Parts: sequence; C-alpha cells; structure tokens
Amino acid sequence: MKTLVWVEHENGHLKDATLAVVTAASKLGEVHLIVAGEGVGAVADAAARIAGVQKVHVADDAAYAHALAENVAPLIVDLMGHHDAFLAPATSHGKNIAPRVAALLDVMQISDILSVESEDTFTRPTYAGNAIATVKSKDAKKVITVRGTAFEKAATEGGSGTIEAVAATGDAGTSSFVGAEIVKLERPELTSAKIIVSGGRALKDGPTFEATIYPLADKLGAAVGASRAAVDAGYVPNDYQVGQTGKIVAPEVYVAVGISGAIQHLAGMKDSKTIVAINKDEDAPIFQVADIGLVGDLFKIVPELTEKL
Amino acid sequence: MKILVPVKRVIDYNVKPRVKADGTGVDLANVKMSMNPFDEIAVEEAIRLREKGAATEIVAISIGVAKAQETLRTALAMGADRAILIQTDDEVEPLGVAKLLAKVVEEEQPGLIILGKQAIDDDSNQTGQMLAALLGRPQGTFASKVEVEGDSVSVTREVDGGLETVKLSLPAIITTDLRLNEPRYASLPNIMKAKSKPLAQKTPADYGVDIAPRLETLKVVEPPKRSAGIKVADVDELVAKLKAMGVAA
Repeated sequence: MKTLVWVEHENGHLKDATLAVVTAASKLGEVHLIVAGEGVGAVADAAARIAGVQKVHVADDAAYAHALAENVAPLIVDLMGHHDAFLAPATSHGKNIAPRVAALLDVMQISDILSVESEDTFTRPTYAGNAIATVKSKDAKKVITVRGTAFEKAATEGGSGTIEAVAATGDAGTSSFVGAEIVKLERPELTSAKIIVSGGRALKDGPTFEATIYPLADKLGAAVGASRAAVDAGYVPNDYQVGQTGKIVAPEVYVAVGISGAIQHLAGMKDSKTIVAINKDEDAPIFQVADIGLVGDLFKIVPELTEKL
Repeated sequence: MKILVPVKRVIDYNVKPRVKADGTGVDLANVKMSMNPFDEIAVEEAIRLREKGAATEIVAISIGVAKAQETLRTALAMGADRAILIQTDDEVEPLGVAKLLAKVVEEEQPGLIILGKQAIDDDSNQTGQMLAALLGRPQGTFASKVEVEGDSVSVTREVDGGLETVKLSLPAIITTDLRLNEPRYASLPNIMKAKSKPLAQKTPADYGVDIAPRLETLKVVEPPKRSAGIKVADVDELVAKLKAMGVAA
C-alpha cells in the first residue's frame, strides 16, 4: 500500500502532529508526504528527513497558503490517483480537510483512529471515548484521521525522502482567508506536553486561575489546560479546553485541579499515564480515574504544592 | 435566504453509554435520547440569522428512525418553520447522510446549510465537510461566529492555535462549535404550535441514493479500565509521590 500523509506546518516549521501520523502510515506501507503551502521549501526539507519517509510531494502555491479545504482537497484527490490511503492528523486542519477529500473520492472516512489492526481494519473511539469500535473499511481507498496521542512519534531525523514538486490545482475561488488570532503560549503546547496542569470552574475567575494554576504549571514545566466550564466562564481562551469537544491529550502526568470529571472532559484526558486529582468533593467522578487523589481546598493545596516542589 | 439545518437524534449527552456484553454496539434500549447538542446550536444560529433579517425560512431535516420526528418537533418548537424526515431504520454513515442532504439541497436551494460539527454518538466530524465537497461549495467548519454580508458569509473558526476567520461565497456550509451561541429553550406555547407545523415524510428511496454502509463494525468494546488509584492525605505525601515518579526534582 502507498500512503499519503498530510504535513501540518506553521510559520515554516513542521508540526509534531505529523510525526505520529507517519508512524500510523508506516504500518500500512510506503510513506509519502504532501506539503502544501506558500514558501514551504524548509518544511519539505524537514519532512524528507523524518524517519521512514520515502517521498515528499511539494505543492508550493499561494492558493494553499492557509490550507483552505476548498483549495487543498482537489490537490490531494489528484495525488490519490496513485496512492491507496490518505492520512491526516485529527487536528483542526486534518478534520477540516480529510472528510472533504473522502467525499470527493466517494469513500467513507475513518475518524480519529487509535490503532491499525490491518490494511483495512482500525479501532476508533465513539461515544466520547466510552466505546471503542473496531471497523473494517470496504472502500478501495482509505481516508483516515489519526489520534496523535495513540501513536509514537516518528524520529525527525534519519529519513532520506525524495522531494518532488506537484503542479498546483489552482484556487477554487469560493473561500478566502481573512485573518487569524493565534493565542501566544509561553508554555509547552497542550497536545504535545509531557505534563499538563488543568483547572476547572472551581478556580473562580481569570485572575484567580492565573494566580493559582500558572505557578504550579511553571514549576513543573507543564502546559496549562482547562475544563469546558472554565473556558465558558471566560477564565482562559477556548483553545485551552481539554475534552470531547476540545483537545485530546495523553501526557505522562495530568493534574486536574478543581475539575469534577464529567464524561466529556474525561474523553479528552483519560489516556494520560498518571492522573492526579485535587478536589474538595471526595465523591467527584474524577477520583474514579485518578491514580493519585488529594481531597481538600485547592486554594490551600495548590500554593503549598507549588512551594514544596 | 433559506437555511437548511440537519439535526440528529442521539443518546442524551448526560447519559453514560453502556457497551453491550456481546460486543455489537452500545445499548440504546430505554436510554434517553435528545437532539445532538451541536445541532441545537445550529438551529439557534439559523433562528438568530432570521431574527437579524438575514434569513427568511428555516427548514430542519433529520435522517433516521420514526422517533427522529421528536427531534424535528424540538427544532420546530425552537423556531424552525418546517421539517423533513427521511425515515430509515438502517444506520446511515456520514457519507450516506451527506449524499441524501445533497439531494435535498438540490430541491430546496438553501443559501446556507448549518450543521453541528460532530454528533456525540459516532464522533465522526465529517458530514458537513462531505456535503460541502459533494455540492462543490465552501465550508466554514467549527464556527464560533457567523456574519452574513450580502452574497458571502464571514465565519470565525475555532482552530488549534486560536481563531481564524474565513470569507465564503454563498451558498455555503457551516458547522457549529460549542461557543457559537447558547441555544434557547422551547416554550410550552411554542411546543404546542410546533405540533401543527408541516413535517414531510420521505424515505432514502425517494432520493435514489445508495446509502449502503462502507464501514463494517466488527466489534465494540469498553475502553480499558484504569486501575484503582490511591488517595494521599496531604501535600507532603503528594510531593513524595510526584518525586518518586520523576516529575519533580
């Protein structure tokens, strides 16, 4: 099988999300990558060095600058003439593009896979991660999105893929990019962090959230996450949200502070290696999944913990 | 402008799903069902656009069992003008749903189609994008803000690093994210009124679309259970545990 992997990149840098997808793709066969964008030479070079990559298709054109699905999907469909599977990370980019590609190819997409069982059989979570389905695809070509935390990341060095330019398919002319508001993070990125400190509604307000959670996160070199309640209450921006409708994370250590543990939140973090919960309600559902629990007032515990670490 | 809003009847989001012992799926017998939460947001957004004068008619549509009528009545009670049920007892995958919706779009010619970003049962997050592909129209997925401006619509999207705004020419497809709006509750008088609003009954055969599933579910199992944890008495004990794990120096 020949696979085609979507390379996610930003500001000339290849994003980590791609590396796990390369690992998933290598279980299916020969790994080719597609780098689409404007001025993506450096990204293509980095992509070619990923271990296991055989070929990198590069589409350098202004039409692909913001990865608009309307422009990118026809490009991928063209390349699928000589590939058997298209894999993308289950990120906001991947989820936006892959189903559009699938429908154009008249195949059903397999979303957010957790494992590759064989060339046509995969496991994926449903019902907010409360049920794991094993599905077999009857389609000739496969379109798949990959859950990044379920696969090891491929090494960024050691590969020697050949780079090949691809003719642009042009601008569909139905959509345009207006602008972006990207949240500046001084801490590690949530989806790739080894340690995450996450806060919930109990943090009261934005300044309290900052004053309580951030020092602990900084002490641990951790990324900061939040429950939907904390995001909806405006304590932190929405891209901090961990859960079924936010980001899916699986760090080494997940510290849940003042989070009750609703199923939608657990869907986003219950594959973390170790879960630490700090909550004043000893019956909170979070304690049913926590490896280490501490019952008590977070406003006393968290500062004390920060100081003693 | 007409707005088409596809809605799905799913297990209520507060219910903890139970996997059947024989591994064939999730037990939905006697389980509370509701409108998919993202679809409620889609209905609400359509109503708000009509209230702003950007839309004239709202058509809700659902594909599924006869009981999906209840879901459509909910949409009508919120403010949709009429409804279409494409009734089938078979499970229809996102690709099949998108194909049926594409046929309905041909008939109805809506200027906007607003869907939820994903259904909380299959968690696919595909139908809107697939419909956009089949229609050759632009897509504004994971929308947290929608503004109709003449013959285009500006959509602010929730992306991994923050927000991004795109401009789409109409007709366009939008999928809703949680923060787009807060859906209204249907009032009792509106629930009564909704009973007399038109609800057309169709079948997939009326549209001549092949909706045979492409994916075969071999088995459904519960996720691996986490082993029982421990509770520590105080911060010192917690610090000791974290240090033992190598998390802190």
